[in-house]
Parts: sequence; structure tokens; C-alpha cells
Amino acid sequence: MPPPLPPLEHHPFLRGLSPEQVSAIACGIRELSFPAGALLLREGEQADTLYLLRSGRVVLELNVPGRGTTQLETLKAGDILGLSWLFPPYRWSLDARAVEPVDAFALDASCMRGPTPEHPVLEPALAMRLLRHLYDRLERVRLQRLDVYKAGA
Amino acid sequence: MSPGAPLAAGAAGPMTPEPLRVRSLRRETADTWTVSLDVSRRPGGFPFQPGQFNMLYVFGVGEVAISISGDPGRPAELLHTVRTVGAATHALRGIGRGGTLGVRGPYGRPWPMEEARGQDVVVVAGGLGLAPLRPAILHLLRHRAEYGRVSVLVGARTPEDLPFRRELARWQEDSRLRVLVTVDKASPGWTEHVGVVPALLSDVEVDPARTVALMCGPEVMMRFTVRELERRGVPDARIHLSLERNMKCAVGFCGHCQLVPYFVCKDGPVFPYEKLRPFINLREV
Amino acid sequence: MPEVTSSAPEEGRAQLSLEQFAALLAALRGEGWRLVGPTVRDGALVHEDISGAEELPRGWTEVQEAGTYRLARREDGALFGYSVGPKSWKHLLFVPRLRLMSAHREAEGFRVESEPTEPPRLALIGARSCDLHAIAVQDRTFLEGPYKDPDYAARRERLFVVAVNCGQAGGTCFCVSMRTGPRATFGFDIALTEVLEGGHRFLAEAGSERGAALLSRLEARPASEEDIQAADAVVERTAQSMGRTMDTTDIKGLLYRNLEHPRWDDVAQRCLACTNCTLVCPTCFCSTVEDTSDLRGDVAERWRRWDSCFTLDHSYLHGGNVRHTIRGRYRQWLTHKVASWWDQFGTSGCIGCGRCITWCPVGIDITEEVAAIRATDGARSGA
Repeated sequence: MPPPLPPLEHHPFLRGLSPEQVSAIACGIRELSFPAGALLLREGEQADTLYLLRSGRVVLELNVPGRGTTQLETLKAGDILGLSWLFPPYRWSLDARAVEPVDAFALDASCMRGPTPEHPVLEPALAMRLLRHLYDRLERVRLQRLDVYKAGA
Repeated sequence: MSPGAPLAAGAAGPMTPEPLRVRSLRRETADTWTVSLDVSRRPGGFPFQPGQFNMLYVFGVGEVAISISGDPGRPAELLHTVRTVGAATHALRGIGRGGTLGVRGPYGRPWPMEEARGQDVVVVAGGLGLAPLRPAILHLLRHRAEYGRVSVLVGARTPEDLPFRRELARWQEDSRLRVLVTVDKASPGWTEHVGVVPALLSDVEVDPARTVALMCGPEVMMRFTVRELERRGVPDARIHLSLERNMKCAVGFCGHCQLVPYFVCKDGPVFPYEKLRPFINLREV
Repeated sequence: MPEVTSSAPEEGRAQLSLEQFAALLAALRGEGWRLVGPTVRDGALVHEDISGAEELPRGWTEVQEAGTYRLARREDGALFGYSVGPKSWKHLLFVPRLRLMSAHREAEGFRVESEPTEPPRLALIGARSCDLHAIAVQDRTFLEGPYKDPDYAARRERLFVVAVNCGQAGGTCFCVSMRTGPRATFGFDIALTEVLEGGHRFLAEAGSERGAALLSRLEARPASEEDIQAADAVVERTAQSMGRTMDTTDIKGLLYRNLEHPRWDDVAQRCLACTNCTLVCPTCFCSTVEDTSDLRGDVAERWRRWDSCFTLDHSYLHGGNVRHTIRGRYRQWLTHKVASWWDQFGTSGCIGCGRCITWCPVGIDITEEVAAIRATDGARSGA
């Protein structure tokens, strides 16, 4: 019997926020489980959810005609998945597939998206955490594209 | 910690190799081979400490510095894992079973296995950087009770580029280790991580007060990983890197492997990051 | 091997006439020492085999400036009336080309034969204090680390050193600021001061028992107080007329904190990476190894030869070179010489002989480069 998964406010993405901040960010929370192989995001579909991964691994995939499916990066428990809801046209830009059984919180993007009449600005705490996350991902991509293991690289 | 007594320190001089026969060759990847050398005629075999290297000589072609990749607890077996990248390593690959290589060593400052005793150990390997870390991992397994949590993070270009693949799979099943493997480019069917090695660290519980990191791989990969470890609060005195430089003599005479104040061959190849910090981010040192 | 002396006792000093000096060299030869000393060749003063005092560069001196070296006539008959020529003694101890071993193919594998080292017994005639310091610096590299270089060790053991305290500073010398001269204080069997005023003669001082024994065989008269004062005056005058100075205050810290100084870009514009400075430097020790085999592939050899950190290949790392610009290579050389040498060997790698300045084809001056960095300590290049 695996230990119970931590609650929403303990997820690394939200950890340290006040209950008010969490409730301002998180709405329409669903606890979802995906079997291995399931698609969490599908390229081109409407982007309306932020996933906070709680267990398992998800791989980001891109279909390249002639080359098949390319795996770009693995995300895992503690990571967040899906940011295309931030900006128009609000569509997923790649596929995300569960490599093994995945548990996640799904947050309704409509509560976070901004600026809208209802949310004139993005919640500052959320904005900083998204920036931090995107910056980390950017660093990883920079390193990954260096192809450091190539002979003579 | 004093390195093992070099085998060629006598009248023959420190630059003279000892001929040893190739006992077997095992293919690791498309361009990487593990060479086993016959040390049965040497009393005591070939003792070494994890992280040390030898100079391997190919008759008439040249010499190249190669990490010892075998088990320090089994000195009767001498293993080197070699990637064919230049003239000497290609020739080395061409020797084949029954052929003879010249060997001198072991050289260099080893991994701080004593200092790591009682601590959690995070082993970070990039590509063939796993070769000099394999003896450290085998040491940790042999003396498992003397260490805390042991994590092994391994990165490679593609799944096919992972050395010691079968052993990695075995280690992944071994409850005494936590082994995470990632590749930059995955092929279809790959179910391990895709991405860079530092990203694996978020999957590892790191207690900065009792963690020692041992790291070997491309220098850029190590710099990124150090940054991630620093974010996690690991002091730079306990982050150890094995560096690669042009080693011609391995004994501090030839001057080629200098890194500002250090001779990588004798002051390294393993350095605590605190010693490298002033220099490692400079260009052309 | 020369023994280090504290200050030599008065009775160890003797006054030598020119004839007695010639007899000293003859006696050394008689004892089986091969004499190596300064002689004029190809327009320069170089250390070569000599047969006796008559081959010394009597009446010659040299004019040295940054990028300039030429011989000139003196008005007197001084035998050691110059400072230092292009060659130090390095090539006699750390030889430019050395076979390290040969390997012979056999039915199964190969057999390795290391080279026997039976070097000649050399008497160095006219070694200057800076060069004795340089030998001590190289000793740290080749003898005092975890490994010993057997060839260097064997050559080093078979030396008799006749030092000469400098009677003239060269235009590029700066031994005073490096505290390496002009008076020889250790590393010699006999030290001479050539005195010209009031009669051409030498003050001789023994630095070892065998040096003292040799002097006593010459039946030289003990030096008087006036003799000693005259010799001291010669050395003092030299010390006062240094061609250059180098401020070594915290020089390691200075260089380490200025690894990104714009002066490196500046000097890189002038430096040709010709390697001259490293070849004439008496402490530079970089070498490379070459492996060769005969056409049949039965015999392979390994040779060591001098290398230089100014070559691109010096920092080769599979697929590229660490120091791919001249800026990086000059910085490596200078930083190593005056800064990281301290970390590696507990001493400066620069002994102030000035050869790198004289023999630089574009006249780059190590003292000027250090001074320029010091003058704008902390400046950073954008490169």
C-alpha cells in the first residue's frame, strides 16, 4: 500500500502559499488518475487545464511526419503540465502521454487566466511560480539542445 | 588519501608502460567497449581506488588516459571502458582479444569514498562519465551498510548510448540503490526519462547536511548539475567533479592538463567544487 | 650534486689570478668533467662544450632590449662581461628531445625497454644566480613531486657548478625584484666574481666540500678584506643597474583576480604564439610525447620533446582545444609563470632573467604586462 498522496496545498507548485492565495488560484479542482499510455494533452485541442502532477511520469511528445513520435521531455511528480491556456489561441501545442500510471490535480484554467474582466491581473504569486517554472524548463532545454554527449561536442 | 603505488615507479621510470594482454572485449554501445586486461601474472592483481585512471599504450600509436571502470574490490580484474574518438582509441579498439596493451598507473586523486562514509551519496553520470563512477558505485554496494541513501542519476544522448545497460537495469531492480536514467533524445518505446540529468535531481530527496555528490560527465552538464545541487543547499565542498583535460604524462611533468593552479592528472581528476569554483566558468582555462 | 651553503666562511674565499682560473677549468677537465660554458656562436653567447678558459667570450658583451639582442665589443678583456644569452642550462638537464623507451614486437605482444640513463658529468662554467634559481625551480617539477623524472635526476646528479656573480646587468634583467640575484647564494660548488678594476682577477667562494677541495689544490691566496669589498662592489653595481623591475606584491592574487582583464586582449593582438618565450625560459617544462614505429612495425619508440603552451594542440581535448585563442594561451603562460606556479610548486616560475623579453620577436615584456594589469587592477574585458 503506497503512502497517501499529499494534498493540493502541499504540491511543490503551491507549497508555501496562504490558503487565500491557493483558493484564488485553484478552482474547479479535480483529482484525476491516468493509466499508462493515456494522453493527458493532445496537440490542437482546447487548453483549459493546469495539471499538477502528484505521481507517475508524463512524457511530452511531438509527432514529426516521417520520423514518428519524438519524445521531448519527461515530467514527473511535483512538476506542472500544460501552460497553453495562458495565451490565445488556448490550444495544446504538443501531446502529453502517461508513461506509467499518473495521479494529478487538474485546475480549471479559467480561474487563473488573465487579464480578463473577472481576473484583471494574473495572481502575482502564481505569476512568479510560473516564471520560475518556465525559467527552469528553459535552462533544461538549453542544456538538452547542446547535445553534450556527442563525440567531439 | 594516497593513490595506489604506481606500477612503473622503479628504475624503468614513470613513463614506461607494462605490457598486459587483452583478456576480453565487451561492446557497450556503438562506439564504446569495455576492455578486460589480464593481470593474473601480477601478484595482487591491479589494485586501484575508484576514480583513478591508467595510461593505455597502443604499440607504436600512442597513449591515452582511460578511467578504470572495474570493481575496486576485485583487483584480479582490470577493466577500462573506452570510446573510440581518436587515433589511439581507435587503435586500442583494434587490438582485439589476445592482443597486448601497455599500461601504466593507477594515477590521480580518487573519489572521496572515506569522506562520504555515513553520508547520503548522489552519483551523477553523463555518458561515458559512468565509467569512472562505476567503481564508486560498486564500492558503495560492497560497503552498503556504511553509507546512507545512494542515488545514481545517469544521462546519455540516446538509450543506445548508455554504457553498462544491463548492469544499469540490474541496479534499477536493486532496492539498495535508487537509479534514474534519462536521455536527451528518446527513441520510440523508451519508457525512462527524457531530458537532462539535473532535472532528475528533483526526484531525489537531498538532505544538504548529509549529502555528498560524485559527478562525471561533459563539463557543461556538470556545471548545470552543480547549480541545481547548490539550489538544493549542498555545500560546494561536498560536490566532487571528475575533470577531463589533455593528459600526456599523467605524473605532473608535461604541463598539458593544467587548470590554472591544478594539474588535473595529479591534483585531480576528482576535485571538490569549492576548488574549481574560481576557474570553472572562465573561458579557455 | 651541489650542496646548499649558508654564508660561506671567510677561509672559503680565495683570490684567483686569470692563470689560476684557467687552471681551475683544466683541473675540472682533468677530473673527467665535461666543461660547458659560454662561447660565441651564430652571433650570440651560448652554452656549449668548451675545452678551457681560452674559449670563453673574452671582451664580448651583449646588448639586450625587448625584442633585441646583439653582441658588442667591450673595452676590457672580461670573460663573463655579459648577463645571460638565449640558452640557459635547461637543455642540459631537461633535454629537448629524449627517447623514453623502445618497444619490440614479439610473438605474443611486445617487450618494453626503458632507456638507460648514463648522462655525462658536466661542469657548468659561468652559471648565473638567476639560472641556479631556475634549476631549483625545475627540481621541484621533476624531482620533488610524487614522481621523479629519472633522466633529469641522473643528469642533475652529475653536475659541477661554477657560478659567476653578475658583473653587469642585461637590458632586460630583473633578478633583483625577483630576489634571484645577481649574487649566487646556493646551488654551486664554486662561485666566482670577476673583478676588473685594479687588475683582472676572480674572487672565488666554495659552496661545497669538493669545491673547497678544488680551490685548495689551486694554491690560491686567501681573499683579503679588500678583495671581498671589491667583489661586493661589482655585484652591488650590477644590482643597481637592473634593466627592468617587476612588482611582485600579491602577484598571485593580482593575476587570479584579473583573468578577464582587457590587457589580455591587448597582448593577444601583439603575440604571435611563436613559442620563443617558452623555449628560452629556463623554467618552462612542458613536453609532449611522440610515439613512432619503424616501417615494418616491429620496433616502436617513445620520444619526449619540448612543447609549448602557445601551441594550439597543447590543450587538445578530443574534438577541440581548450585554449583556442592566443589570448587564452598568453594568459595561461603568464598566469602560470608568476601566479599558479606558486600554488603548484611553492615558488615563482619567473626568475627574472629577462630572456622572454629579449627573444620575443615583437618585444612583449612580461614586466610591462604585469605592470599594465596592476595599473588597472580589476578592469574587465567584455570578450
